[in-house]
Formats: sequence, C-alpha cells, structure tokens
Amino acid sequence: MQSFRSLLYRFSTMTTLPSSAPDSTVTKKPTRDVLLVSIWRGEADEGDFEAHSVPAHDNQTVLDVVSWVQQHADPTLSYRFACRVGMCGSCAMMVNGEPRWTCRTHVSKVADDGALTVAPLRNLPVIKDLVVDMDPFFDKWVAAQAVHHPSHSRADPMQPVSTQTPERISANEAIECINCAVCYAACDTVANQPDYLGPAALNRAWALINDEKDAARQEILDAVSGTGGCHNCHSQGGCAHYCPNELNPMASVAGLKRATAMRFFKGR
Amino acid sequence: MLTLRLYMLQRLSALVMVPLVIGHIAVMIYAVQGGLTAEEILARTKGSLAWAAFYGCFVLAAALHASIGLRTVVAETFGWTSKGLDIFSLAVGLFLSVLGLTAVTAVTL
Repeated sequence: MQSFRSLLYRFSTMTTLPSSAPDSTVTKKPTRDVLLVSIWRGEADEGDFEAHSVPAHDNQTVLDVVSWVQQHADPTLSYRFACRVGMCGSCAMMVNGEPRWTCRTHVSKVADDGALTVAPLRNLPVIKDLVVDMDPFFDKWVAAQAVHHPSHSRADPMQPVSTQTPERISANEAIECINCAVCYAACDTVANQPDYLGPAALNRAWALINDEKDAARQEILDAVSGTGGCHNCHSQGGCAHYCPNELNPMASVAGLKRATAMRFFKGR
Repeated sequence: MLTLRLYMLQRLSALVMVPLVIGHIAVMIYAVQGGLTAEEILARTKGSLAWAAFYGCFVLAAALHASIGLRTVVAETFGWTSKGLDIFSLAVGLFLSVLGLTAVTAVTL
C-alpha cells in the first residue's frame, strides 16, 4: 500500500533534482553500470537534493550506495548506521519516497530505472543530511509507558513463563521490533497528528501488556488512552506494510483498542 | 485528539444508529408500497411518542457520531488542537442536534 503523501513526496523529490550539482559526479542518465543517486543535503527546511553517479554492482544495498558517496564523492555527507545486518535499526531512510532499512534493502529491488532518491526519515526532525533526531520517537515510547515495569526483584526466584499462553504468543508476535522508526515514518496519522504516539511505541506497549512479567498493565492502558493514544489510529496499515521485520503494529494497536474498550465497559 | 471516552462515544453512537437506520429504511420501504401521501404519514406520526423517541434517539446519536468524526477530520486536516477543536466539535454537535430535533418535533408534535 502506498499512501497519497508517499506518492506526493516521491513525485516532489523526483522532480527537484538540482541542476547545479558538480559535473564530476553527475551523469545525465543512469546506465547498466551506473546508478543516478539523488541524496538530500542540508536540514529539514533548508537544503536540496544532490545528484551523484555511483558504480552499480550486483548485490548492492542502498546503504552501500550511500557509503560509496560518503567515501568517494563527498566526505561531509552525514548518515547513520551501525550493524549493517538489520539488527540495530539505525540506518532507516526514505528511498524513492518509501521508508526502508537501507542495510537490507537491495538496490535492484527499489531502484526506479537505475535512479535512487535517498532522503531522511519522514515525520522526524532532520539534524543534517540523512540524520534525523530520534528523540521525539523515543519520547513517545516513554509516554506510552512502553518500558518494562518489573514485577519481581533479583532476590525473588526466577519466574517460569509458559510459551503457550495466548498472551505470551501475542507478546512474541510484537517483540522483535528493532526501533528503526520505519513504521513511524510510514504512518500518515503521525504525519497529520504530531501528538500521536505512533505504531512502534504502541506495538511495544501491547507486547508489555501481554507480558506476565510486567507489573503495570493498568498504567500502560491509561497511557495509551490519552489525547495521542491508540484510538487515533485509522488502521491504514502503512506500519505493517513497511515493517522490515514483518511485524504488524496495526494489529497491536487494535489489541490495545480492544483492551481499553473492555476496561471501559468494566468501569475502570 | 481522540481520547478513549470520545472513541467509545463514537462507537456506541454507531451501535445505537444501526437498528435505527434499519428500522427507518424498513418503515420507509413499507410505507411507500401502498402509495402513502405526506398527509397520511403525518397523521400517523403526529402525537406519537414512539416515533418521537425513535427519531429523537437517531438525531442525538447521529449528532454525537458526526461531531466526533468531523473533529478528527478537522484536527488532521487543519492541525487544530485543544480548545478550538473542542468548541468546533461542540458547535457541530449542537447544530446537528437542533436541526434534527426541530424536524422531529415538526413531524411528531
């Protein structure tokens, strides 16, 4: 599924390639051996796309392309990555208008006729170039009480946890989030409503509610029932569509809606 | 913008409207089968507490449901927040209630 905003963004980025980029780095057209890569330089409201020609290779990821530009064409390019194997969640960017984990995204899967447009993640403030400020994203995790609330101390005996209960199965389905913010960038509700906690924080809240070791179920339900809470989700499903780990935050949000509604009927 | 209370109010008002919409459409189809005139319909509804209650509930549920829905649309389209949004929602709800209840009283009282 591709939202209207995503299409609009894609169109706007594809039509604002600068004409004054350095000659040594630009080719007019992508070829089989060369990718035409357009990368955002600057801050959120001040900057432009810069075009580069990057050698094309087999099995090349988008992060490889960005790294090539930084290492061979422009060392001042700022971007973020760490593990390169899809575990740390730090390299997410907008690629041709869609949020992607760039270290595991093959160019061959996303290039548009040999052209790539790489921009910072949507819905987050840009610090510089491809680096966004993740604070608002993680502040919302805290606001959603999506943090572990211990029910036992280290002095207590180890708590046995069955892997077969419906709650544990729900928790497991939501637990593999790597905090990459791809879902957050894909979410149109976040774009239109900056207070909305977002799919990642709510997905984590749902995992904790189903975790029998967490001691603050009611506090979490309170936290996700406020002004920017789970009830603002329109179930568009961008989060589930783009999640690189194939999680379904939309289903987690639906779970939170059910849990809060049940609590409402019980008068709590 | 949409809290649990508003969310539940919108869902519950939809729940109230479901049987009322079905009843409205069913009676409408039934009533026109024999070619009823407006006068004949009014003769049945005038002074009927049951019809007043039926459409009164419908109007109130619709006003509640629509004002919360429009609240979301306006908030996400124009970025309205807090007090302005509350005033807008309340105004829409009151406007639709007054409009609908005026019509209900006109055909039942």
